[in-house]
Amino acid sequence: MTSPPPRPLPAIDADNAAFWTGGRNGELLIHRCARCRTYVHPPTSFCPACESREVGPEPVSGKGVILSLTVNHRAWFPGLPVPYVVAMVGIDEQPDVHLITNIVDCDPLSVRIGDRVKVRFEQAEDLWVPLFVPDQGKD
Amino acid sequence: MRWPEKSIAITGIGQSRISRDAGVSALSLTIDAAVEAIRDAGLTRADIDGIATWPGAIPDGSGFAPVGIPALQDALRLKVEWYSSTRETSGQFGAIFNAIGAIHAGLCRHVLVFRTMYQATARKQGLVNASYQPGQRTHAHMGWHAPYHAYVAATQQALYFARYVHESGIRPEQVAQIAINGRRNAALNPAAVYRTPITLDDYMASPILSTPLRLFDCDVPIDGSTAIILSHRDAAADLPNPPLRIEAIGTNMHYRNSWAQLDALATQAQPEVAAMMWNRTDLRPADVDVAELYDGFSFHTINWLENFGFCKRFEAGDFIEGGSRIALDGELPINTNGGALSAGRMHAYGQVHEACVQLWCRGGARQVKGRANGGPRVAALSTAGGPLAGCFLLVRD
Ligand SMILES: [Zn+2]
Repeated sequence: MTSPPPRPLPAIDADNAAFWTGGRNGELLIHRCARCRTYVHPPTSFCPACESREVGPEPVSGKGVILSLTVNHRAWFPGLPVPYVVAMVGIDEQPDVHLITNIVDCDPLSVRIGDRVKVRFEQAEDLWVPLFVPDQGKD
Repeated sequence: MRWPEKSIAITGIGQSRISRDAGVSALSLTIDAAVEAIRDAGLTRADIDGIATWPGAIPDGSGFAPVGIPALQDALRLKVEWYSSTRETSGQFGAIFNAIGAIHAGLCRHVLVFRTMYQATARKQGLVNASYQPGQRTHAHMGWHAPYHAYVAATQQALYFARYVHESGIRPEQVAQIAINGRRNAALNPAAVYRTPITLDDYMASPILSTPLRLFDCDVPIDGSTAIILSHRDAAADLPNPPLRIEAIGTNMHYRNSWAQLDALATQAQPEVAAMMWNRTDLRPADVDVAELYDGFSFHTINWLENFGFCKRFEAGDFIEGGSRIALDGELPINTNGGALSAGRMHAYGQVHEACVQLWCRGGARQVKGRANGGPRVAALSTAGGPLAGCFLLVRD
Protein backbone atom coordinates (compact mmCIF):
# COMPACT_ATOMS: atom_id res chain seq x y z
CA MET A 1 0.00 0.00 0.00
CA THR A 2 1.35 3.41 -0.96
CA SER A 3 1.17 6.15 1.61
CA PRO A 4 -1.36 8.95 1.02
CA PRO A 5 -0.07 12.23 -0.39
CA PRO A 6 1.34 14.49 2.33
CA ARG A 7 -0.76 17.26 3.79
CA PRO A 8 0.10 20.63 2.22
CA LEU A 9 1.40 22.45 5.28
CA PRO A 10 1.04 26.12 6.19
CA ALA A 11 3.80 28.68 6.28
CA ILE A 12 4.58 29.45 9.92
CA ASP A 13 4.89 32.93 11.37
CA ALA A 14 4.91 34.51 14.83
CA ASP A 15 1.11 34.54 14.97
CA ASN A 16 0.22 31.00 13.92
CA ALA A 17 3.23 29.05 15.28
CA ALA A 18 1.53 28.12 18.56
CA PHE A 19 -1.55 26.73 16.83
CA TRP A 20 0.46 24.43 14.58
CA THR A 21 2.97 23.26 17.20
CA GLY A 22 0.91 22.99 20.40
CA GLY A 23 0.17 19.37 19.56
CA ARG A 24 3.76 18.49 20.45
CA ASN A 25 2.61 18.81 24.07
CA GLY A 26 -0.87 17.52 23.35
CA GLU A 27 -2.34 21.01 23.56
CA LEU A 28 -4.70 22.83 21.21
CA LEU A 29 -3.58 26.45 21.58
CA ILE A 30 -5.96 29.26 20.66
CA HIS A 31 -5.10 32.93 21.04
CA ARG A 32 -6.96 34.67 23.88
CA CYS A 33 -7.15 38.19 25.22
CA ALA A 34 -5.50 38.53 28.63
CA ARG A 35 -7.78 41.42 29.59
CA CYS A 36 -11.32 40.46 28.53
CA ARG A 37 -10.71 36.73 27.88
CA THR A 38 -12.10 36.72 24.33
CA TYR A 39 -10.64 34.06 22.03
CA VAL A 40 -9.18 35.53 18.85
CA HIS A 41 -8.84 33.31 15.78
CA PRO A 42 -7.07 33.29 13.42
CA PRO A 43 -4.40 34.34 15.89
CA THR A 44 -3.48 38.01 15.88
CA SER A 45 -2.09 40.49 18.39
CA PHE A 46 -5.27 42.57 18.68
CA CYS A 47 -8.44 41.87 20.63
CA PRO A 48 -11.45 42.98 18.54
CA ALA A 49 -13.60 43.08 21.68
CA CYS A 50 -11.53 45.40 23.90
CA GLU A 51 -8.62 46.56 21.71
CA SER A 52 -6.06 45.02 24.03
CA ARG A 53 -2.76 44.03 22.46
CA GLU A 54 -2.19 41.40 25.16
CA VAL A 55 -3.36 38.42 23.15
CA GLY A 56 -1.54 35.11 23.24
CA PRO A 57 -1.94 31.34 22.99
CA GLU A 58 -3.76 29.42 25.72
CA PRO A 59 -4.73 25.75 25.79
CA VAL A 60 -8.38 24.91 25.28
CA SER A 61 -10.23 21.68 26.02
CA GLY A 62 -9.90 20.42 22.47
CA LYS A 63 -13.62 19.70 22.39
CA GLY A 64 -16.18 21.15 20.06
CA VAL A 65 -19.20 20.71 17.81
CA ILE A 66 -19.38 20.17 14.06
CA LEU A 67 -20.98 23.28 12.56
CA SER A 68 -20.77 21.97 9.00
CA LEU A 69 -19.15 19.18 7.09
CA THR A 70 -18.65 17.86 3.60
CA VAL A 71 -17.81 14.32 2.60
CA ASN A 72 -15.34 14.70 -0.20
CA HIS A 73 -15.57 11.93 -2.81
CA ARG A 74 -13.24 13.28 -5.48
CA ALA A 75 -9.51 12.55 -5.41
CA TRP A 76 -8.28 16.05 -6.26
CA PHE A 77 -4.74 14.74 -6.31
CA PRO A 78 -3.51 11.30 -7.42
CA GLY A 79 -3.47 8.88 -4.53
CA LEU A 80 -5.66 10.94 -2.25
CA PRO A 81 -7.81 8.39 -0.34
CA VAL A 82 -11.55 9.09 -0.57
CA PRO A 83 -14.05 9.58 0.86
CA TYR A 84 -12.83 11.89 3.61
CA VAL A 85 -14.56 14.42 5.84
CA VAL A 86 -13.73 18.13 5.83
CA ALA A 87 -15.50 19.84 8.69
CA MET A 88 -15.87 23.18 10.36
CA VAL A 89 -15.70 22.78 14.13
CA GLY A 90 -16.73 25.42 16.65
CA ILE A 91 -14.74 25.06 19.87
CA ASP A 92 -16.67 24.61 23.12
CA GLU A 93 -15.08 27.64 24.76
CA GLN A 94 -16.32 30.02 22.02
CA PRO A 95 -18.16 28.46 19.05
CA ASP A 96 -17.48 31.40 16.72
CA VAL A 97 -13.88 30.18 16.66
CA HIS A 98 -14.11 27.97 13.57
CA LEU A 99 -11.50 25.32 12.86
CA ILE A 100 -11.38 23.73 9.41
CA THR A 101 -10.32 20.14 10.00
CA ASN A 102 -10.73 16.49 9.09
CA ILE A 103 -12.91 14.15 11.13
CA VAL A 104 -10.97 10.88 11.38
CA ASP A 105 -11.02 7.48 13.09
CA CYS A 106 -14.62 6.85 12.05
CA ASP A 107 -16.79 5.96 9.06
CA PRO A 108 -16.81 9.16 6.95
CA LEU A 109 -20.45 8.57 6.03
CA SER A 110 -21.53 8.41 9.70
CA VAL A 111 -20.57 11.98 10.65
CA ARG A 112 -23.32 14.59 11.10
CA ILE A 113 -23.66 18.33 11.74
CA GLY A 114 -24.05 18.80 15.48
CA ASP A 115 -21.85 15.84 16.43
CA ARG A 116 -19.47 16.39 19.31
CA VAL A 117 -15.79 15.93 18.53
CA LYS A 118 -12.43 16.12 20.28
CA VAL A 119 -8.98 16.92 19.01
CA ARG A 120 -6.14 14.57 18.23
CA PHE A 121 -2.89 15.55 16.59
CA GLU A 122 -0.98 14.20 13.63
CA GLN A 123 2.66 15.11 13.25
CA ALA A 124 3.74 16.33 9.82
CA GLU A 125 7.33 17.47 9.48
CA ASP A 126 7.84 20.01 12.29
CA LEU A 127 4.12 20.68 12.80
CA TRP A 128 1.28 18.95 14.64
CA VAL A 129 -1.93 19.16 12.62
CA PRO A 130 -5.09 19.26 14.77
CA LEU A 131 -7.61 16.65 13.61
CA PHE A 132 -10.86 15.74 15.31
CA VAL A 133 -12.48 12.41 16.21
CA PRO A 134 -15.99 11.62 17.41
CA ASP A 135 -16.36 12.33 21.13
CA GLN A 136 -18.56 9.74 22.79
CA GLY A 137 -17.46 10.85 26.26
CA LYS A 138 -20.04 12.08 28.75
CA ASP A 139 -17.73 14.13 30.97
CA MET B 1 -30.10 61.42 -8.35
CA ARG B 2 -28.85 60.91 -4.84
CA TRP B 3 -26.57 57.98 -5.62
CA PRO B 4 -23.71 58.41 -8.09
CA GLU B 5 -24.10 55.04 -9.81
CA LYS B 6 -27.39 56.24 -11.35
CA SER B 7 -25.44 58.50 -13.69
CA ILE B 8 -23.39 55.61 -15.08
CA ALA B 9 -24.59 53.23 -17.80
CA ILE B 10 -23.51 50.22 -19.82
CA THR B 11 -23.35 51.30 -23.47
CA GLY B 12 -21.78 48.31 -25.22
CA ILE B 13 -20.95 44.64 -24.78
CA GLY B 14 -18.63 42.13 -26.40
CA GLN B 15 -17.79 38.49 -25.98
CA SER B 16 -15.30 36.15 -27.58
CA ARG B 17 -16.17 32.65 -28.67
CA ILE B 18 -16.65 30.57 -25.52
CA SER B 19 -15.22 27.08 -25.79
CA ARG B 20 -13.54 24.15 -24.13
CA ASP B 21 -10.53 24.59 -26.43
CA ALA B 22 -10.01 28.04 -27.87
CA GLY B 23 -7.12 27.29 -30.17
CA VAL B 24 -6.09 30.94 -29.92
CA SER B 25 -4.40 32.80 -27.08
CA ALA B 26 -6.15 34.25 -24.05
CA LEU B 27 -5.04 37.70 -25.17
CA SER B 28 -6.58 37.11 -28.58
CA LEU B 29 -9.89 36.20 -26.93
CA THR B 30 -9.68 39.37 -24.86
CA ILE B 31 -9.08 41.49 -27.95
CA ASP B 32 -12.12 39.87 -29.59
CA ALA B 33 -14.33 40.85 -26.67
CA ALA B 34 -12.88 44.34 -26.23
CA VAL B 35 -13.07 45.34 -29.88
CA GLU B 36 -16.62 44.03 -30.15
CA ALA B 37 -17.69 45.98 -27.04
CA ILE B 38 -16.11 49.22 -28.23
CA ARG B 39 -17.80 48.95 -31.63
CA ASP B 40 -21.11 47.87 -30.08
CA ALA B 41 -21.09 51.06 -28.01
CA GLY B 42 -20.57 53.11 -31.13
CA LEU B 43 -17.13 54.17 -29.96
CA THR B 44 -13.58 53.89 -31.21
CA ARG B 45 -10.41 52.97 -29.35
CA ALA B 46 -9.65 56.67 -29.04
CA ASP B 47 -12.82 57.16 -26.99
CA ILE B 48 -11.81 54.64 -24.32
CA ASP B 49 -10.23 56.59 -21.47
CA GLY B 50 -10.38 54.00 -18.70
CA ILE B 51 -9.76 50.27 -18.21
CA ALA B 52 -10.77 48.01 -15.33
CA THR B 53 -10.65 44.28 -14.71
CA TRP B 54 -10.92 41.68 -11.98
CA PRO B 55 -8.59 40.42 -10.65
CA GLY B 56 -5.66 41.55 -12.79
CA ALA B 57 -3.20 39.15 -14.37
CA ILE B 58 -2.17 36.13 -12.28
CA PRO B 59 0.49 34.48 -14.44
CA ASP B 60 0.44 31.06 -12.75
CA GLY B 61 -0.56 29.04 -15.80
CA SER B 62 -3.91 28.08 -14.25
CA GLY B 63 -5.92 30.13 -16.71
CA PHE B 64 -7.78 31.82 -13.86
CA ALA B 65 -6.61 35.29 -14.81
CA PRO B 66 -4.29 35.07 -17.80
CA VAL B 67 -4.76 38.62 -19.10
CA GLY B 68 -4.39 41.86 -17.17
CA ILE B 69 -4.62 45.50 -18.07
CA PRO B 70 -1.05 46.00 -19.36
CA ALA B 71 -1.34 43.26 -21.99
CA LEU B 72 -4.65 44.55 -23.32
CA GLN B 73 -3.71 48.21 -23.14
CA ASP B 74 -0.59 47.54 -25.14
CA ALA B 75 -2.25 45.27 -27.68
CA LEU B 76 -4.94 47.87 -28.41
CA ARG B 77 -2.53 50.80 -27.87
CA LEU B 78 -5.10 52.46 -25.64
CA LYS B 79 -4.37 55.83 -24.05
CA VAL B 80 -6.37 56.12 -20.86
CA GLU B 81 -6.75 58.59 -17.98
CA TRP B 82 -7.50 55.92 -15.35
CA TYR B 83 -7.04 52.17 -14.91
CA SER B 84 -7.34 49.71 -12.06
CA SER B 85 -7.52 46.04 -11.22
CA THR B 86 -7.88 44.48 -7.81
CA ARG B 87 -8.85 41.14 -6.39
CA GLU B 88 -9.62 42.44 -2.91
CA THR B 89 -13.06 43.85 -3.63
CA SER B 90 -16.75 42.93 -3.75
CA GLY B 91 -16.32 39.83 -5.87
CA GLN B 92 -15.82 39.98 -9.60
CA PHE B 93 -18.08 43.04 -9.92
CA GLY B 94 -15.48 45.06 -8.02
CA ALA B 95 -14.01 46.15 -11.34
CA ILE B 96 -17.39 47.60 -12.34
CA PHE B 97 -17.80 49.35 -8.98
CA ASN B 98 -14.33 50.86 -9.24
CA ALA B 99 -15.09 52.10 -12.74
CA ILE B 100 -18.32 53.70 -11.52
CA GLY B 101 -16.32 55.60 -8.93
CA ALA B 102 -13.71 56.70 -11.43
CA ILE B 103 -16.30 57.92 -13.93
CA HIS B 104 -18.25 59.73 -11.25
CA ALA B 105 -15.04 61.36 -10.03
CA GLY B 106 -14.51 62.75 -13.51
CA LEU B 107 -11.35 60.78 -14.17
CA CYS B 108 -12.77 59.18 -17.31
CA ARG B 109 -15.96 58.86 -19.35
CA HIS B 110 -15.85 55.49 -21.18
CA VAL B 111 -14.31 52.57 -19.29
CA LEU B 112 -13.57 49.20 -20.84
CA VAL B 113 -14.22 46.49 -18.23
CA PHE B 114 -13.18 42.93 -19.05
CA ARG B 115 -12.74 39.45 -17.60
CA THR B 116 -10.88 36.65 -19.35
CA MET B 117 -10.60 33.00 -18.42
CA TYR B 118 -8.47 30.29 -20.01
CA GLN B 119 -9.08 27.38 -17.68
CA ALA B 120 -10.17 24.85 -20.28
CA THR B 121 -6.87 25.02 -22.12
CA ALA B 122 -4.92 25.23 -18.85
CA ARG B 123 -6.54 22.00 -17.66
CA LYS B 124 -5.65 20.24 -20.87
CA GLN B 125 -2.09 21.23 -20.10
CA GLY B 126 -2.35 19.55 -16.69
CA LEU B 127 -2.35 22.58 -14.43
CA VAL B 128 -5.44 21.61 -12.45
CA ASN B 129 -4.27 21.90 -8.89
CA ALA B 130 -2.14 25.00 -8.92
CA SER B 131 -3.11 25.43 -5.25
CA TYR B 132 -1.58 22.10 -4.24
CA GLN B 133 2.16 22.02 -4.62
CA PRO B 134 3.68 19.31 -2.45
CA GLY B 135 6.72 20.42 -0.54
CA GLN B 136 5.74 24.08 -0.62
CA ARG B 137 4.21 25.75 2.41
CA THR B 138 0.90 27.51 1.78
CA HIS B 139 0.22 31.09 2.76
CA ALA B 140 -2.70 33.25 3.80
CA HIS B 141 -6.21 31.77 4.04
CA MET B 142 -5.28 28.62 2.16
CA GLY B 143 -2.98 27.78 5.05
CA TRP B 144 -6.05 26.99 7.17
CA HIS B 145 -7.68 24.79 4.51
CA ALA B 146 -4.92 23.08 2.55
CA PRO B 147 -3.59 20.87 5.38
CA TYR B 148 -6.98 19.15 5.37
CA HIS B 149 -7.03 18.47 1.63
CA ALA B 150 -9.58 21.25 1.24
CA TYR B 151 -7.68 23.17 -1.41
CA VAL B 152 -10.38 23.31 -4.07
CA ALA B 153 -13.34 25.67 -4.10
CA ALA B 154 -15.85 22.82 -4.27
CA THR B 155 -14.70 21.37 -0.94
CA GLN B 156 -14.32 24.73 0.80
CA GLN B 157 -17.68 26.06 -0.29
CA ALA B 158 -19.51 22.77 0.24
CA LEU B 159 -19.21 23.63 3.95
CA TYR B 160 -21.58 26.57 3.43
CA PHE B 161 -23.94 24.60 1.22
CA ALA B 162 -24.10 21.73 3.71
CA ARG B 163 -25.01 24.18 6.46
CA TYR B 164 -27.67 25.71 4.20
CA VAL B 165 -29.14 22.27 3.50
CA HIS B 166 -29.08 21.54 7.24
CA GLU B 167 -30.95 24.72 8.15
CA SER B 168 -33.33 24.98 5.18
CA GLY B 169 -34.17 21.36 4.52
CA ILE B 170 -33.88 21.90 0.76
CA ARG B 171 -34.05 18.63 -1.18
CA PRO B 172 -31.73 17.52 -4.02
CA GLU B 173 -34.59 17.41 -6.53
CA GLN B 174 -35.21 21.09 -5.73
CA VAL B 175 -31.54 22.04 -6.00
CA ALA B 176 -31.51 20.24 -9.37
CA GLN B 177 -33.75 22.90 -10.90
CA ILE B 178 -30.91 25.41 -11.09
CA ALA B 179 -28.88 23.08 -13.32
CA ILE B 180 -31.90 21.94 -15.31
CA ASN B 181 -33.04 25.54 -15.87
CA GLY B 182 -29.57 26.55 -16.98
CA ARG B 183 -29.31 23.76 -19.50
CA ARG B 184 -32.82 24.41 -20.82
CA ASN B 185 -31.86 28.02 -21.49
CA ALA B 186 -28.45 27.06 -22.90
CA ALA B 187 -30.22 24.92 -25.50
CA LEU B 188 -31.53 28.23 -26.90
CA ASN B 189 -28.14 29.96 -26.73
CA PRO B 190 -25.84 29.17 -29.66
CA ALA B 191 -22.82 30.48 -27.70
CA ALA B 192 -23.27 28.10 -24.74
CA VAL B 193 -20.78 25.26 -24.28
CA TYR B 194 -23.26 22.63 -23.01
CA ARG B 195 -26.60 22.65 -24.84
CA THR B 196 -28.07 19.16 -24.46
CA PRO B 197 -31.01 19.33 -22.03
CA ILE B 198 -30.72 17.37 -18.78
CA THR B 199 -33.46 15.73 -16.74
CA LEU B 200 -33.92 15.31 -13.01
CA ASP B 201 -32.68 11.73 -13.44
CA ASP B 202 -29.53 12.99 -15.15
CA TYR B 203 -28.92 15.38 -12.26
CA MET B 204 -29.49 12.74 -9.60
CA ALA B 205 -27.11 10.41 -11.46
CA SER B 206 -24.32 12.98 -11.71
CA PRO B 207 -21.46 12.11 -9.34
CA ILE B 208 -21.15 13.71 -5.93
CA LEU B 209 -17.89 15.62 -5.68
CA SER B 210 -18.15 16.82 -2.11
CA THR B 211 -21.49 16.55 -0.34
CA PRO B 212 -23.93 18.09 -1.10
CA LEU B 213 -22.31 19.19 -4.38
CA ARG B 214 -22.84 17.09 -7.47
CA LEU B 215 -20.95 17.57 -10.70
CA PHE B 216 -23.98 19.30 -12.24
CA ASP B 217 -23.95 21.87 -9.42
CA CYS B 218 -20.56 23.11 -10.57
CA ASP B 219 -19.86 25.56 -13.37
CA VAL B 220 -17.87 24.67 -16.45
CA PRO B 221 -14.28 25.87 -16.97
CA ILE B 222 -13.94 27.49 -20.38
CA ASP B 223 -11.76 29.68 -22.53
CA GLY B 224 -13.41 33.02 -23.15
CA SER B 225 -13.51 36.73 -22.54
CA THR B 226 -16.27 39.24 -21.89
CA ALA B 227 -16.06 43.02 -22.13
CA ILE B 228 -18.46 45.84 -21.39
CA ILE B 229 -18.27 49.60 -21.81
CA LEU B 230 -19.32 51.72 -18.85
CA SER B 231 -20.05 55.33 -19.77
CA HIS B 232 -21.14 58.51 -18.06
CA ARG B 233 -24.77 59.19 -18.85
CA ASP B 234 -23.88 62.57 -20.35
CA ALA B 235 -21.50 60.85 -22.77
CA ALA B 236 -24.00 58.10 -23.62
CA ALA B 237 -26.84 60.20 -24.99
CA ASP B 238 -25.75 60.11 -28.63
CA LEU B 239 -24.62 56.48 -28.67
CA PRO B 240 -26.54 53.83 -30.64
CA ASN B 241 -27.69 51.60 -27.76
CA PRO B 242 -30.21 52.76 -25.17
CA PRO B 243 -28.00 53.25 -22.09
CA LEU B 244 -28.51 50.60 -19.43
CA ARG B 245 -28.33 52.60 -16.24
CA ILE B 246 -26.77 51.30 -13.03
CA GLU B 247 -29.70 51.79 -10.68
CA ALA B 248 -28.08 50.65 -7.43
CA ILE B 249 -25.03 48.76 -6.25
CA GLY B 250 -24.24 46.57 -3.24
CA THR B 251 -20.57 46.53 -2.26
CA ASN B 252 -20.22 46.35 1.50
CA MET B 253 -18.11 44.12 3.75
CA HIS B 254 -19.88 43.74 7.08
CA TYR B 255 -19.15 40.11 7.76
CA ARG B 256 -15.79 38.62 8.64
CA ASN B 257 -13.96 38.36 5.34
CA SER B 258 -12.63 34.89 5.95
CA TRP B 259 -13.47 31.61 4.23
CA ALA B 260 -13.18 29.82 7.59
CA GLN B 261 -14.49 32.42 10.04
CA LEU B 262 -17.38 33.90 8.02
CA ASP B 263 -20.14 34.54 10.54
CA ALA B 264 -23.05 33.75 8.20
CA LEU B 265 -22.59 30.17 7.10
CA ALA B 266 -26.01 29.43 5.66
CA THR B 267 -26.45 32.71 3.78
CA GLN B 268 -22.84 33.58 2.92
CA ALA B 269 -21.99 37.28 2.85
CA GLN B 270 -24.94 38.21 0.66
CA PRO B 271 -27.68 39.60 2.94
CA GLU B 272 -26.08 42.94 3.83
CA VAL B 273 -24.77 43.47 0.31
CA ALA B 274 -28.29 43.00 -1.04
CA ALA B 275 -29.72 45.26 1.68
CA MET B 276 -27.30 48.02 0.70
CA MET B 277 -28.44 47.75 -2.91
CA TRP B 278 -32.14 47.94 -2.04
CA ASN B 279 -31.46 50.95 0.21
CA ARG B 280 -30.16 52.86 -2.81
CA THR B 281 -33.27 52.47 -4.96
CA ASP B 282 -37.02 52.80 -4.90
CA LEU B 283 -37.31 49.57 -6.88
CA ARG B 284 -38.37 46.42 -5.05
CA PRO B 285 -37.79 42.72 -5.80
CA ALA B 286 -41.17 42.54 -7.55
CA ASP B 287 -39.95 45.13 -10.08
CA VAL B 288 -37.19 42.84 -11.37
CA ASP B 289 -37.96 41.37 -14.80
CA VAL B 290 -34.94 39.10 -15.18
CA ALA B 291 -32.23 37.95 -12.75
CA GLU B 292 -28.75 36.84 -13.71
CA LEU B 293 -27.54 35.28 -10.48
CA TYR B 294 -24.06 33.96 -9.89
CA ASP B 295 -23.93 30.19 -10.33
CA GLY B 296 -20.32 29.24 -9.80
CA PHE B 297 -22.13 26.60 -7.78
CA SER B 298 -25.90 26.15 -7.95
CA PHE B 299 -26.17 26.94 -4.24
CA HIS B 300 -24.93 30.47 -4.84
CA THR B 301 -27.96 31.06 -7.03
CA ILE B 302 -30.25 29.57 -4.40
CA ASN B 303 -28.76 31.81 -1.74
CA TRP B 304 -29.12 34.90 -3.93
CA LEU B 305 -32.81 34.17 -4.59
CA GLU B 306 -33.39 34.45 -0.86
CA ASN B 307 -30.98 37.25 -0.12
CA PHE B 308 -32.34 39.46 -2.88
CA GLY B 309 -35.79 38.90 -1.37
CA PHE B 310 -37.30 37.06 -4.34
CA CYS B 311 -38.49 34.53 -1.78
CA LYS B 312 -38.29 34.18 1.98
CA ARG B 313 -35.37 32.82 3.99
CA PHE B 314 -35.00 29.06 3.48
CA GLU B 315 -37.91 28.94 1.02
CA ALA B 316 -35.90 28.97 -2.20
CA GLY B 317 -36.38 25.22 -2.52
CA ASP B 318 -40.13 25.67 -2.76
CA PHE B 319 -39.68 28.69 -5.05
CA ILE B 320 -37.67 26.76 -7.63
CA GLU B 321 -39.44 23.40 -7.27
CA GLY B 322 -40.54 22.19 -10.67
CA GLY B 323 -38.63 25.05 -12.30
CA SER B 324 -41.59 26.95 -13.75
CA ARG B 325 -41.13 30.20 -11.77
CA ILE B 326 -37.50 30.60 -12.90
CA ALA B 327 -38.04 29.55 -16.54
CA LEU B 328 -37.92 32.03 -19.43
CA ASP B 329 -41.71 32.44 -19.29
CA GLY B 330 -41.87 32.31 -15.49
CA GLU B 331 -42.40 35.08 -12.98
CA LEU B 332 -38.62 35.48 -12.48
CA PRO B 333 -36.52 34.15 -15.36
CA ILE B 334 -32.98 33.45 -14.12
CA ASN B 335 -29.67 32.72 -15.83
CA THR B 336 -31.28 33.07 -19.22
CA ASN B 337 -28.15 32.22 -21.26
CA GLY B 338 -27.59 29.00 -19.37
CA GLY B 339 -25.47 30.59 -16.68
CA ALA B 340 -21.97 29.48 -15.78
CA LEU B 341 -23.30 25.96 -15.28
CA SER B 342 -24.06 25.52 -18.99
CA ALA B 343 -22.96 28.59 -20.98
CA GLY B 344 -19.55 28.45 -19.27
CA ARG B 345 -17.60 30.02 -16.41
CA MET B 346 -17.32 33.62 -17.55
CA HIS B 347 -17.05 34.30 -13.83
CA ALA B 348 -20.02 36.65 -13.37
CA TYR B 349 -19.29 38.59 -16.55
CA GLY B 350 -21.38 36.11 -18.52
CA GLN B 351 -24.26 37.27 -16.35
CA VAL B 352 -23.49 40.92 -17.04
CA HIS B 353 -23.34 40.32 -20.79
CA GLU B 354 -26.59 38.37 -20.71
CA ALA B 355 -28.44 41.00 -18.65
CA CYS B 356 -27.57 43.52 -21.38
CA VAL B 357 -28.62 41.09 -24.12
CA GLN B 358 -32.00 40.72 -22.41
CA LEU B 359 -32.54 44.42 -21.69
CA TRP B 360 -31.65 45.26 -25.31
CA CYS B 361 -33.97 42.46 -26.52
CA ARG B 362 -31.20 40.69 -28.43
CA GLY B 363 -31.95 37.30 -26.90
CA GLY B 364 -33.48 35.64 -29.95
CA ALA B 365 -35.01 32.29 -29.01
CA ARG B 366 -34.21 32.86 -25.33
CA GLN B 367 -35.51 36.44 -25.15
CA VAL B 368 -37.63 37.13 -22.08
CA LYS B 369 -40.86 38.80 -23.19
CA GLY B 370 -41.95 40.74 -20.11
CA ARG B 371 -43.28 44.28 -19.57
CA ALA B 372 -46.22 43.72 -21.92
CA ASN B 373 -43.82 42.55 -24.65
CA GLY B 374 -41.75 45.72 -24.69
CA GLY B 375 -39.08 43.48 -23.18
CA PRO B 376 -37.58 43.42 -19.70
CA ARG B 377 -36.55 46.76 -18.18
CA VAL B 378 -35.00 45.80 -14.83
CA ALA B 379 -32.30 43.18 -14.32
CA ALA B 380 -30.78 42.02 -11.03
CA LEU B 381 -27.20 40.79 -11.07
CA SER B 382 -25.13 39.13 -8.40
CA THR B 383 -21.75 37.61 -7.97
CA ALA B 384 -19.48 35.54 -5.78
CA GLY B 385 -19.79 33.38 -2.72
CA GLY B 386 -18.46 32.75 0.75
CA PRO B 387 -17.20 36.00 2.28
CA LEU B 388 -17.36 37.75 -1.10
CA ALA B 389 -20.47 39.29 -2.60
CA GLY B 390 -21.46 42.06 -4.97
CA CYS B 391 -24.67 42.95 -6.75
CA PHE B 392 -26.38 45.62 -8.80
CA LEU B 393 -29.56 46.53 -10.61
CA LEU B 394 -29.48 47.45 -14.27
CA VAL B 395 -32.33 49.48 -15.79
CA ARG B 396 -33.43 50.37 -19.31
CA ASP B 397 -35.34 53.62 -18.80
ZN1 LIG C 1 -10.08 41.76 24.91
